[in-house]
Amino acid sequence: MKSKKLFILLALMLSFSLFLAACGTSDDENEQDNEDTNEQDSGDTNGQDDENADASDTDFTVAMVTDVGGVDDKSFNQSAWEGLVAFGEEHGLTEGEGYTYAQSDQDSDYEPNLQRLTMNDYDLVFGIGFLLTEAIQNVAERNPDTMYGLVDEVAEGDNIVSLTFKEHEGSFLVGVAAALKSESGKVGFVGGVDSPLINKFEVGFVAGVKSVDPSIDVDVRYAESFDDASRGRQIASSMYDSGIDVIYHAAGGAGNGVFNEAKDRKNSNPDNYVWVIGVDRDQYDEGAVTVDGEEHNVTLTSMVKRVDIAVQDISNRALAGDFPAGETMEYGLSDNGILVADTNADAYTDDIRAAVEEWEQKILDGDIDVPFTHDQLETFLEGLE
Amino acid sequence: MGNKLGSLFKSTKLWISLFSIILGLFAGAIIMLLFGYNPIEGYIALWNGVFENRYFGGETIALITPYIFSGLAVGFAYRSGLLNIGVEGQLFVGWLASVWVGTSFELPAIIHLPLAIIVAAIAGGLWGIIPGYLKARFHVHEVIVTIMMNYIALYVTNSLIRNVLSERAERTDHIANSASLKLDWLTEFMSFSNIHMGILLAVFAALFYWYTMERTTLGFEMRSVGINRDASQYAGMSVKRNIILSMTISGALAGLGGAMQGIGMYGYMTIHSGFTNIGFDGIAIALLGGSTAIGIVLAAGLFGFLKVGALNMQAGAGVPPELVEIVTALIILFVAAGYMIVLFREKLLKLFKRTKIDDQNENKNVKKEGN
Repeated sequence: MKSKKLFILLALMLSFSLFLAACGTSDDENEQDNEDTNEQDSGDTNGQDDENADASDTDFTVAMVTDVGGVDDKSFNQSAWEGLVAFGEEHGLTEGEGYTYAQSDQDSDYEPNLQRLTMNDYDLVFGIGFLLTEAIQNVAERNPDTMYGLVDEVAEGDNIVSLTFKEHEGSFLVGVAAALKSESGKVGFVGGVDSPLINKFEVGFVAGVKSVDPSIDVDVRYAESFDDASRGRQIASSMYDSGIDVIYHAAGGAGNGVFNEAKDRKNSNPDNYVWVIGVDRDQYDEGAVTVDGEEHNVTLTSMVKRVDIAVQDISNRALAGDFPAGETMEYGLSDNGILVADTNADAYTDDIRAAVEEWEQKILDGDIDVPFTHDQLETFLEGLE
Repeated sequence: MGNKLGSLFKSTKLWISLFSIILGLFAGAIIMLLFGYNPIEGYIALWNGVFENRYFGGETIALITPYIFSGLAVGFAYRSGLLNIGVEGQLFVGWLASVWVGTSFELPAIIHLPLAIIVAAIAGGLWGIIPGYLKARFHVHEVIVTIMMNYIALYVTNSLIRNVLSERAERTDHIANSASLKLDWLTEFMSFSNIHMGILLAVFAALFYWYTMERTTLGFEMRSVGINRDASQYAGMSVKRNIILSMTISGALAGLGGAMQGIGMYGYMTIHSGFTNIGFDGIAIALLGGSTAIGIVLAAGLFGFLKVGALNMQAGAGVPPELVEIVTALIILFVAAGYMIVLFREKLLKLFKRTKIDDQNENKNVKKEGN
């Protein structure tokens, strides 16, 4: 009986000492934080500011909140982060102080993450992905002194800039490439979630394919997920089985399954004629596969969306005091916000390149209006006949 | 009251939980040390992430609210021997139902709000009846049915949002103010966080859960069916009725959890590309809380605290998100493994006893020699 009491006493002491220790340090930390902010506010140049002065040429800070894809999604979250890193390096900022990211694991994380970065005194906070629209509008309304940027969707607010891309134009061009590359006359499209944004990719792609050859079949399917690679793989598998030889994916992490399926087929027989068109970033590295010491790559090309350039561009404008508040910036072919990757020189032949460039010129000249909704696609296809 | 508190503290169960949390924190600290991060900084960030200011406190409560409901939903079925994996799906239909009522009707708040809540509970309950009926009538295992029902719920709600509640957009309209659980003064008081009145409903649901389980014939029958189906049947209880009823109430609780998201936290519903995990976390919460009302509320509190606080571990202490998840998972794992600590404690006690007996023996020997 005595030993039981002893045990309890021991546990009690242990837990209390830990608790007290934690409390003690936490208070110190808070005081320190307060001092730091006071110093910065009053423009005092001793202490922490001195350290920063060694490397960085500015005290401007910028941060971003990922959507559930995470910062290493090999897609637009990663691309945005690369833009921030480039901005940080350009101005000698250190990660964690001058620029940082917060990763969201679920929808309910968006608002707290945005709010937290705002309260940590970041001057400009980006929300990456249309999923953050509502959250960024709410947070921006409450914090009128902070600047916000939203990628992929138009948000309303005097202190928000919306960064959108003409994905349909880029998708049109990779559609041209797919039509020229396909031998079976069948190509496929794998989308993430059936939504207006992803429909832009789909419609642009279909329009591009049909512009080259209206007889080519385009199989359009949605994974209903941006992160379920196994579903992407399933769809890719049934598409390749049905004779489709080029698949364009706009499905984020689910698209990695498309790559895996294509690489697997290449691996079992290097003569298999399977191609994947990547999205958002140049996904050349994702398509690399080595069979019997021989290197192959299933990535035909990628529809590159330069989220990094857009993020860096806006950061620099904000730094220079030229933040386009309340505006919608649309990046497209003309300002290199959208481009078609030509890294796989073996697959992306000169013929294809020439054709793509020809169509690109037509778009730039305004000869073609690339559709981006299903209704527009219908009229567009009628115009082709 | 004082006496009751005292006896609560005397009960070893609480000690085991507290001790396991501390062990979990230690294990997490070791992982952080191994990867070169300062665990004290990390835990301070975790703590501050929730208690530093009202905004995050409010966010935490807003997150705990659906967790309590999903935990209660799983616990209710579990008590009657059923594993309801379908809380996730029941939550989706409840969410959609509450938003549908919230967006499509114009009613005074006194009718609108209760209507939205009740419709959500009915929707969740209906989603729960199906596996309950299949189990009772055809002995189809409820785990398989509920898992499949989750997918049906996910895609059906997506399709309804896309085609019925909006014109091919990603989300529904915002619900009318008269159906919202948010209170202006409360939102303002908690620095405009997403806190809403749902937490009161959740506590009320926990009371209902406790009362039904412990104080009513219905609860007694359900527990009895959970412990031994055949014996209950022999004792004259209707096992079928109890199974269906249990799944229905479980589903209704899950549907209410969905309403917390629909008319509380968000005020709308978006197309989901995957599960929210609130329902799946509910399984862990119910088991962690020993399927008791108070246990589930506490476990939901722990989950909410860890989820919100963990976000600050990235921002405040620079711990990468993957490591944060490992640390929080370790804490939960240790809490769940309370039994391990009971064993450990017994061994320790035995060791104490043995040394005592040895001491006594030695004393006796000394005495004998002296004689």
